Amino acid sequence: MTRNIRHAAVFCALLLVALVVNAARVQIVQKPEYDDNPANRRPDIARYQQPRGDILVGGGAVTGSRDTGEHLRFERTYADGPMYAPITGFASQAYGTTLLEHAEDGLLSGADPMLAPLPLWNDVTGAHNPGGDVVTTIHGAAQRAAFEGLGGRKGAVAAIEPATGRVLALVSTPSYDPQLLSGNSAAATRTWKRLNADPDKPMLNRAVSRTYPPGSTFKVVTAAAALEAGVIRDLDAPTRSPDPYTLPGTRTKLTNEADGCRNASLREAFEWSCNTVFAKLGVDVGVRGMTAMAEAFGFNDDGLRVPFPVARSTFDTSVDRAQLGLSSIGQYNTRATPLQMATVAAAVAGGGQVRSPYLVERTLRAGGSLVAAAGSRPSREVMRPSTAALLKELMTGVVDKGTGAKAAIPGATVGGKTGTAQHGVGNSGTPYAWFISWARGAGDIEPKVAVAVVVEGTASDRQGVSGGGLAAPIARAVMEAVLGG
Amino acid sequence: MTKAGTGTGITVAQADTPAPVARLPRRRGIELALILMAVLLSVFGYCNVGLAQHDALPPGAAGYGAGLGVLALLAHLAVRLRAPYADPLLLPIGVLLNGLGLVLIYRLDLETPGDRAAPTQLVWSTLGVALFIVVVLLLRDHRVLQRYAYVCVAAALALLTVPIFFPAVNGARIWIRIEGFSIQPGEFAKVLLAVFFAAYLAANRSALAYAGRRVWRLQLPTGRVLGPILAVWLVSVGVLVLERDLGTSLLFFGLFVVLLYVATGRTGWIAVGLLLASLGAVAVGWLEPHVHSRVEDWLHPFASIEAGHGPNQLAQSLFAFAAGGVTGTGLGLGHSVLIGFAVKSDFILATAGEELGFLGLSAVFLLYGLLVERGYRAGLGARDPFGRLLAVGLSSIVALQVFVIAGGVTGLIPLTGMAMPFLAQGGSSVVTNWAIVALLIRVSHAARSQAGGRAEP
Repeated sequence: MTRNIRHAAVFCALLLVALVVNAARVQIVQKPEYDDNPANRRPDIARYQQPRGDILVGGGAVTGSRDTGEHLRFERTYADGPMYAPITGFASQAYGTTLLEHAEDGLLSGADPMLAPLPLWNDVTGAHNPGGDVVTTIHGAAQRAAFEGLGGRKGAVAAIEPATGRVLALVSTPSYDPQLLSGNSAAATRTWKRLNADPDKPMLNRAVSRTYPPGSTFKVVTAAAALEAGVIRDLDAPTRSPDPYTLPGTRTKLTNEADGCRNASLREAFEWSCNTVFAKLGVDVGVRGMTAMAEAFGFNDDGLRVPFPVARSTFDTSVDRAQLGLSSIGQYNTRATPLQMATVAAAVAGGGQVRSPYLVERTLRAGGSLVAAAGSRPSREVMRPSTAALLKELMTGVVDKGTGAKAAIPGATVGGKTGTAQHGVGNSGTPYAWFISWARGAGDIEPKVAVAVVVEGTASDRQGVSGGGLAAPIARAVMEAVLGG
Repeated sequence: MTKAGTGTGITVAQADTPAPVARLPRRRGIELALILMAVLLSVFGYCNVGLAQHDALPPGAAGYGAGLGVLALLAHLAVRLRAPYADPLLLPIGVLLNGLGLVLIYRLDLETPGDRAAPTQLVWSTLGVALFIVVVLLLRDHRVLQRYAYVCVAAALALLTVPIFFPAVNGARIWIRIEGFSIQPGEFAKVLLAVFFAAYLAANRSALAYAGRRVWRLQLPTGRVLGPILAVWLVSVGVLVLERDLGTSLLFFGLFVVLLYVATGRTGWIAVGLLLASLGAVAVGWLEPHVHSRVEDWLHPFASIEAGHGPNQLAQSLFAFAAGGVTGTGLGLGHSVLIGFAVKSDFILATAGEELGFLGLSAVFLLYGLLVERGYRAGLGARDPFGRLLAVGLSSIVALQVFVIAGGVTGLIPLTGMAMPFLAQGGSSVVTNWAIVALLIRVSHAARSQAGGRAEP
């Protein structure tokens, strides 16, 4: 019997060994596979276990965290959610993250290894860092001015500090409140469905993710190209341009909104936005020259990140002369994001130098110590300083005595360009009203702000849509906000 | 102090041969020290949970420690009085496992505020220790039980049958619910059946081993001898299959085969047993939808995820074990509560695995291994066949149960709902396991107080 008991004991020992070996299989060998299973909710729970770091505008947080006491414990809250939505995006437990919440997610959620006090520290201790903060370049008052200026209209505003590339305002309307998407409740699901079904696309970031035909505001680029190429040497010399202008190789006659464009000088043509003059200038410069200038301003670049990606603004390089003429007045396949057009204004304001726009000034650990600062961005020369000086002259003329009078700010130097872009088949769509501008305060050495505003017209105000009428006052409010502090 | 085999007036199946009495050391001091360590370790775990969850010592820590300590000391006192030669490891292991179980249940209670199970479990643990003390104090010689073999089997069958008349809970008809209190009679039946099997086999093992016809290489016993035990076993397994308590039927089957082998030494029985078990398992797994789905889950634990229904309990359990890794998340810092219902009972091991890690889990397995080993040692040391079979049977119950439930929740074998001895929530289970330890203590005392004696070579 003793022998049998020993055999049975060995059997029990084997069972035990099997258990330990199997535990090692599950807990060590297959751990990575099980941990990464998408149905495993532990990463989500860990992620929401602590409050998320904040996104700061002008020293104050525009985000917050709410302790729900649930499994996914902390939910994101937003102050002025709709106004800052084109910057923050949303951080939703159900639908992930977008924009800054997405681009800086590692830092905000605390997962970024840069947050650890020492390299590999967290791997050893298993600790989880509190989320860090993101300090933005946004100018709160300018943002508010842009948001309130757009009001109930569809449109977008982008404002840049020309000397640095700091993005001062980024607004898109109609907007949405990202807080409604924060949790994973049924209400969040309903909001998500409603927002996605909304024909006005409130979650579309019109300032960076959508391209519009820039219309006449593109004439700044064409003028720069003509000046750089030597096609124009004197702003006041008459151009040999007919009115109407027959696009080369076609019978299509291009006309103007304004009178007196025949042989108008560049200054007059710019102030009155003569399509005929600029279409001909573009054709005279040629595809190569126009393309080079457009790309120097930032067109055809699909790598721009601020740090979230910005849609590619396009200038078609495979065009015939007629198409080039249309392209040169911001039609045909020429398309630009409002941020791109703000960069165009900034390049002029900056004396031909431009720096890539950016939104994140610096990132901080929870205690306030610096993780990373934006640092100085390299500037690139878009055009000669002399060309920029001439363009500044042209743009101030537009505000002083041209189509952009509504952007004038007493005591400040303001330059601008209006635009009204047609679109749709046979121009059947409601037009877009554009205004791009920059402003220099009385005491400033150089312009402090460059703005682009686009307002999508509605069917009812079809006739009244113009850059000078609709968009210029919004740009002025934004510029005033920046100049005022 | 009463020595085993004297003063009880029991006639056992075979006479003890007078043997030189060489008693082993008592080692009660070691037992006391180990018990105190076990209590301290449990209190430490309790505090750990509180600190992890609220950054503060839990308010009940002192009361919990005192309660567990008093229970353990009373049990120790009983052992000192009536079983001074008992193995000094058995009781501390019971205390530690029970203490750890209470910590884990308390820890899970924090995640399920509407369902507090730890206080109830503490009450049941008290009852279990009380039963332990009663058994150690009143059962002066384990051989007395031999006389009640048939009472035991009758009681066991009755207990097994009763739940048929009560509504099923979660697919299994193994509960009796009266006024909010629920007990699982199958748990008590385990001990009673072990007593019966041990007594019957001790009395008839010669007949089983040597009588009867020989078929090929297998020596068949006579039907008269084999009949009753086979009938009892078939009835109990049949009833359990009816009640869909597959874990327990597997346990009874294993217990029966192990004891039959130990009693007769016939390897053929094992072969026949395994063959029958395989046939039965395949048939049940194929035909019974409830079991069939368990087998499917075992083969494809993530099938429900791929089908878009989210992880099932087994998948959640595997996630929990994996999340623990080698060192675990720390007590109170895991998320095994995602497993959902039965997290405090059938799946309690997943919490241990996640929060204590592979190292902690292995330690828990080793504790069980030690308990079983000490039980077997008591069996080896016992001088009477009944005592030997009883100790082996009870230890095997623990070993098999740990294997079936731990293997189930870690994906080694198909899942069968059973309670992890001492750890899991469940009153009947805790009480039964304390009874098992008490009986092992008795057999161990008998064995070690007369260590030189041997029942047979």
